[in-house]
Amino acid sequence: MIAALVRLLTGAQGRWIGCAPEPIQRIYFANHSSHLDFPVIWAALPDALRARTRPVAARDYWESSWLRRYLAEDVFRAVMIDRKRQSHESPLLPMERALDAGDSLIIFPEGTRRIDEDAGLAPFKPGLYHLALHYPQVQLVPVHLENLNRILPKGEFIVLPLIAVVRFGKPLPRLADESKQEFLERARAAVAALEDAPE
Amino acid sequence: MMIFSDPRTRYLLAAIVTLLVLGSVAGRFLERRASTERARATADNLVARTRAWWAMIIVFVGAEVAGAGASAILFGLISFAALREMLTLTLTRRADHHTLFAVFFLATPIQYWLIYTRAYGLFAIFIPVYAFLWVCIRSTIAGDYKDYLERVAKIYFALMVAVYFLSHAAALLDLDIPDFHHNVNLLFFLAIVVQFSDVMQYVWGKLLGTHHVAPHISPNKTWEGLVGGAISAAAAGTVLWWMTPFSPWQAAAMALVIVVMGFGGGIVMSAVKRDAGIKDYGRMIPGHGGMMDRIDSLCFAAPVFFHLTRYYFAIR
Repeated sequence: MIAALVRLLTGAQGRWIGCAPEPIQRIYFANHSSHLDFPVIWAALPDALRARTRPVAARDYWESSWLRRYLAEDVFRAVMIDRKRQSHESPLLPMERALDAGDSLIIFPEGTRRIDEDAGLAPFKPGLYHLALHYPQVQLVPVHLENLNRILPKGEFIVLPLIAVVRFGKPLPRLADESKQEFLERARAAVAALEDAPE
Repeated sequence: MMIFSDPRTRYLLAAIVTLLVLGSVAGRFLERRASTERARATADNLVARTRAWWAMIIVFVGAEVAGAGASAILFGLISFAALREMLTLTLTRRADHHTLFAVFFLATPIQYWLIYTRAYGLFAIFIPVYAFLWVCIRSTIAGDYKDYLERVAKIYFALMVAVYFLSHAAALLDLDIPDFHHNVNLLFFLAIVVQFSDVMQYVWGKLLGTHHVAPHISPNKTWEGLVGGAISAAAAGTVLWWMTPFSPWQAAAMALVIVVMGFGGGIVMSAVKRDAGIKDYGRMIPGHGGMMDRIDSLCFAAPVFFHLTRYYFAIR
């Protein structure tokens, strides 16, 4: 029901450009500019896929009030990670547990919501690289979100009724002998390229 | 309550509903039978049009049954959907966030509220004066001058076409015309002429069209289509004179004006789409474009038809 509400509110439709909505274990990685980002991707997935797909969210933000905690844990079944690294365990561990359990993930490798509307995508954090390395069987699907920064930008709480577009790209191939930097740059370029992808 | 107190309007409505049922059935049938790409496109076109007409008939009957308040709300929602599509395409910046909020949630409802309360003096100037003043001041206060004039002008244009122009169709219901009490017939007349002209332009264009009006903007619009559509729609308008306060000749002239303005609306909104690099304004009906694709002609014809009727036929 929440998915239908999000679709109504943002008019969001998924456009599957580079792959089909299939029940394959995947990591969806997208640009990040709004709190509505993961609800929109999540709502654009068909019901069967949505039930097995979990967003990755920052614990410091999503556990700061009971409403956020309820939304993150009970509605979206988010995988909580520590941005600030308070414990000694690897911040990737919760994501690895979810992948081991067979779930798909939605992640935002820029790490935080983009503020400057004139800047392109921020450099990607290395988490995606490590997950790609340890889970070679999981597809890496680039996702581009359009207009979310206009619908609900960082720092605003009024949601504008503009129409969001979610584009799913072609799964990122694994290359041998690629450095971390090269991989992350390629992943970032794959998301950026979707902006102008023909339908 | 008597729905459509004029029996002739009831017959016309029955005839249109019958035609639409036939159109829907034919569309389904063609869709199933279509084997070539072209046949499929024609079937899709028919299905999309009949759907839009069903929606229009529902709006029209709803307006008659539930009164002016409901029709103001219905037209308000149509404006809202069209505005949403236009502003999605429009270049706006973070600094316009609160401006856009006011455009969607204040300007649009207020415009239709003014129509509902028959505040003609204010409704005629509210958007081009007060909403416009607010839009440019609010976007300036937000403190970002990049592409300023372009942003403001685009918001103005969207507000004008999607809200201000279209609201004149709802305002037809408020005109006070001596010895004429079926104002909803004016809306009916406008909608039928616009739609019929769209279809006939398409048909004549397919049959005879060779000379393009503006080939870079719309490859489907030809002079032959325009003239054929105008004559056909003027004839249809003349035949419907009895449901209006007009004489047959006046009805023909009104229909011609509606056709010309509707043609202008179609081609202008195509130019906007070309400029934005898109084919349709939205995907409200999957595969068949958005709200704005369906109402472009209506938006441009409504204010002119409203003013001519008000000036020559209504008590001002």
